[in-house]
Parts: sequence; C-alpha cells; structure tokens
Amino acid sequence: MIDYDYKKPESLKEVFSLLKEYGPKATLIAGGTDVMVKIRNTKKAPEVLISLRGLKDLRYIRKNNGYHIGALTTHRMLEQSDLVQTELSALHDGASEVGSVQIRNVATVGGNICNAAPSADTSGPLLALDATVVLEGPEGRRSVPIADFFTGTYRTVRKADEVLIEFQIPAETESFGSAYWKHSRRKAMELPLLGISVALKLSENKEISDARISLTVAAPTPIRAYKAEEFLKGKPLDDDVLREAGKIASSRDCCSLRDSLRCAAWYREKIIQVFVPRMARLAAERIRN
Amino acid sequence: MKKVSVSFTLNGDPVTAEVPVTWSLLKTLREYFELNGAKKGCGVGECGACTVIVDGDAVSSCLYPIPEIEGRSVTTIEGIASAEGELHPLQKAFIENNGVQCGYCTSGMLMSAKSLLDQNPDPTEDEIRTSIAGNFCRCTGYIQIVEAIGMAAETIK
Repeated sequence: MIDYDYKKPESLKEVFSLLKEYGPKATLIAGGTDVMVKIRNTKKAPEVLISLRGLKDLRYIRKNNGYHIGALTTHRMLEQSDLVQTELSALHDGASEVGSVQIRNVATVGGNICNAAPSADTSGPLLALDATVVLEGPEGRRSVPIADFFTGTYRTVRKADEVLIEFQIPAETESFGSAYWKHSRRKAMELPLLGISVALKLSENKEISDARISLTVAAPTPIRAYKAEEFLKGKPLDDDVLREAGKIASSRDCCSLRDSLRCAAWYREKIIQVFVPRMARLAAERIRN
Repeated sequence: MKKVSVSFTLNGDPVTAEVPVTWSLLKTLREYFELNGAKKGCGVGECGACTVIVDGDAVSSCLYPIPEIEGRSVTTIEGIASAEGELHPLQKAFIENNGVQCGYCTSGMLMSAKSLLDQNPDPTEDEIRTSIAGNFCRCTGYIQIVEAIGMAAETIK
C-alpha cells in the first residue's frame, strides 16, 4: 500500500530544514507530472514528498542583464511568453512540445531538468542557449553550466540537500537565433526519437561567428556537439558547410547513438544529418536585427 | 493510512474533504464527491479523460496531488451547465455536431475546450487542435470535435 507524508513548505528555508530532517526518505515534488507517474508505475513511494509549489516567487521569466527563468516556471508560461518565443526561440519550441496543455499547465522547467530524462524537451534548448543552472543548498548558492549538470540517465550533480532555483541565459544570446526540432512519430503526446537544437550568430559578412548544437536521446545525457560547433565557426552559412556539420554531429566524435525500442541507431544518425542543417537555417532566419 | 483535510471551491461551492493524502484530485472527485464525469483512463496524464479546470487552467486530475488543491477553484463537467440546467454552448455544439460517440473522452474534451475558450474566445483551428492534443478520442477522428469547438466559439461571441 502506498502511503506518504505530504509537506507544503512556503519558503526555501523551510524546504532546507525539511530536507535535513528527512534526508534520503524525502523526495522533492514540483508539478508532479514525473514524480506521481513514477509512484503509479513502480507502486513505490518515498516516505515524504516535499512540495515546492508554495515557493511562488520562483515562477518568473525576466530579462535583466541576461535572462532569468525561475525553476518553478511552467512549460505553459514559457509557451505563452513573447520574450521566450522571440529571443529564446529554441526553448519556446521545446516547452511547447512537452506533453499536453494539461501537463504544461503544471509541469515545471526545473522539474524537467532535475528529472534528467535523456529525452527532456527543454534540456536541448537550454544547452544550446548556454544556460547556467543555479542551485541553492544550506551552504548557499552555486552555479553549474548546464553542460556539466547531467551525469547520467536520470542523474545530475544536484545534491540531495539542494534545490534548483533558476536558469540564467547570457545576455549575448540576444544576438543569436535558435531552434529546436523534436523528431517523433506523431505531433502530440510523444517523446522525441531525437531532439536537435541549434543556436547561432552571424557576422556582418554573413559568416557563422558562433554556433551551439545540442542533441537529446543521442547519448545517456543531453549533450553538446562541440566538434560540429567548432567546424561551423567562421564558415559561411551554406548547404555544404551545414551538411558537413550534420555529419560531424552524428559521428562518434559527438554522440553515442544506440538502437532502442523506439528506433534504430542508423535512423537517428540520418535524422541528425538532416535536421542539424534545417535547424541551423531556421535559427539563422530567427536572428533579430 | 495518513489523511488530509482540504478546503476548496468545487463548481462554485465551498467544500471540504478529508481523504487519504495519497489520493489524486480525480479520485477525490469520483469517490468522495461522487462526481463521476471526470473519467479515469490511463492514470498517468497521457489520455486526458480526467481533465478538469483548476484556477482557470485545464489539468490532468489523475496526477494532481490532493493536498495541492487547498484554497483553489475546481470546475468539472458537472459545473458547466447553467444553474437552471441549460447546457453550456460547448455541450450543445458537441451534440449538434456529433462530437460524441462512446462518450468516454467527452467530459475531458469539453473541459479542455472550455479552458481554451475562457482564455481565448476567438481561437484558430490550430489553437483548438493544440488545446485538445492531450485528449485521446478513439471513436470520432476528432473532426466533429474540432468543428464543434469552433461552432461554440461563434455562439459565445
């Protein structure tokens, strides 16, 4: 029989004291769309659920010396934000693709990242946007680049007594365009077979001055395709260049594709080769003047 | 089994329920309040049969932990007709447009559609489709449902 205590702290201080009191017996819950599903599916529950929904001041999207997104911001808030749509387009693409409206209304971006599924739709965009994860624990705050945040499937560097507070995206992102492609078999209520995000910036003579490419479901964690990014820098935005970047991104130098129940490795390789160029083109179109 | 007492607004009326803390909003609606309009389908937030409106937003009530409902306002299919019993324009449009076959998905569809029209009275077809993308219907093929929602939007305007 499943049973648990459900705590509803209203401040971070209370969260930390509950975490200290219950230690490994406790699990943090935000929107609950992963935690509740896991309890249903495994028929096992932690002794204590500590809800973060009472931390109302962690729901925000702000632009002020870079971009700041509170950990409890829902996917629906990201989907409905003009700022996210125009300036952090890849994140808008990703957040709008999570589950259904019913899920997006409650599921939080902090939860999506802390759950650390290899297929999380906001992880690739946040990687391509070079986000930093801000964690707070009893000893204070620390910042971790999101590229270092994931340590394995469903595993992160967050310690048991830490809470994810916000995502920070650098101010220079303003001059980038970005895009995310969720490759799946149907249009809604799906997990990606593969996710591809590209963020890039063009110089005045239309060369690629900076580029970031991320892949989800291409390795045990969401990853950056650094070698493909390096290849793009200083090159013109043309078909041959983009095709080569796709090849590099799909190679063993960048990812570790595997066969799974959902699709085969060779297919994932082709999808990267097709969609890295397409997302690069879309990202370039989205650069604002 | 640990219990929790929650007070909230249900279809306009203040209510209090004392139920096991592990119960979802869906289970509380069906088994405590005996409101059986919201259906259990998958139980993991994928099918939309359990959709209700919480503080204006459509949510999957099967995943909504009951302690979180404290102080909130919940609307279910039982609460959308007028007090005199006149059906909501969406309900009428579903009937007129044959948007119902077996009926299992219908209350969830209606709640998703109501939340959409409450927030966006003049939706595009794309917006209508997005609003019900999380509501599975295995009978109608969706066409009549999408048309019915569009028809209801016209009526309400």
